[in-house]
Amino acid sequence: MVDIVAHITLATLGIALLVSVVRLVKGPSLPDRIVAMDLVGVLVVGFIVVLAAWTGVQATLDAAIVIALIGFLGTIAYATYVERGHRE
Amino acid sequence: MMEILIALFWLAGALFALLGAVGLLRMPDVFTRMQASTKASTLGLGCLLLGAALQMGDFGSLIRVASIGAFVLLTTPVAAHVIARAAYFADVPLWEGTVLDERRRHPDPRGEAEQRPGGPG
Repeated sequence: MVDIVAHITLATLGIALLVSVVRLVKGPSLPDRIVAMDLVGVLVVGFIVVLAAWTGVQATLDAAIVIALIGFLGTIAYATYVERGHRE
Repeated sequence: MMEILIALFWLAGALFALLGAVGLLRMPDVFTRMQASTKASTLGLGCLLLGAALQMGDFGSLIRVASIGAFVLLTTPVAAHVIARAAYFADVPLWEGTVLDERRRHPDPRGEAEQRPGGPG
């Protein structure tokens, strides 16, 4: 039963990733793309966590921690870039 | 019993993540898009993490899952606030149906911040 549920969950998360990539490509302004990239990071963390729980490989969770960290730092860096670029 | 709980958590988490992505695609404005995606994806990721913690069960992965959850719960609102601030000051257009914009009452909100010496960038 866990196998079927994990398949459904991973497929749904894949669809969500595709939908947010559509916004990432389409987004009319740069903050739209930053928001979409942030959501992609969160979705990838969820994908990796479900995959780690399903396969039982514990070391994959460390990768999820690192991706969450880098996603947050990247979002902050991009936002600073947008604000400062507007000022000058 | 435990499997049913895990299945419920994972399906709810995936559904909320999908709702966040659909909100990101269909909302009319940067700020409403961020509103939809941030909240729904945080709830979805929390459900996925709970299901994963129940599924794995040992202490090491419980610690890792809890640290991911705490980190995401702390950083997502901060990131959303910073993006909203940057987008507003970069003059990203608001949705035409916006009713209230309180910052517009002040003539130049940036001028005051720039005169302060050593203020935050």
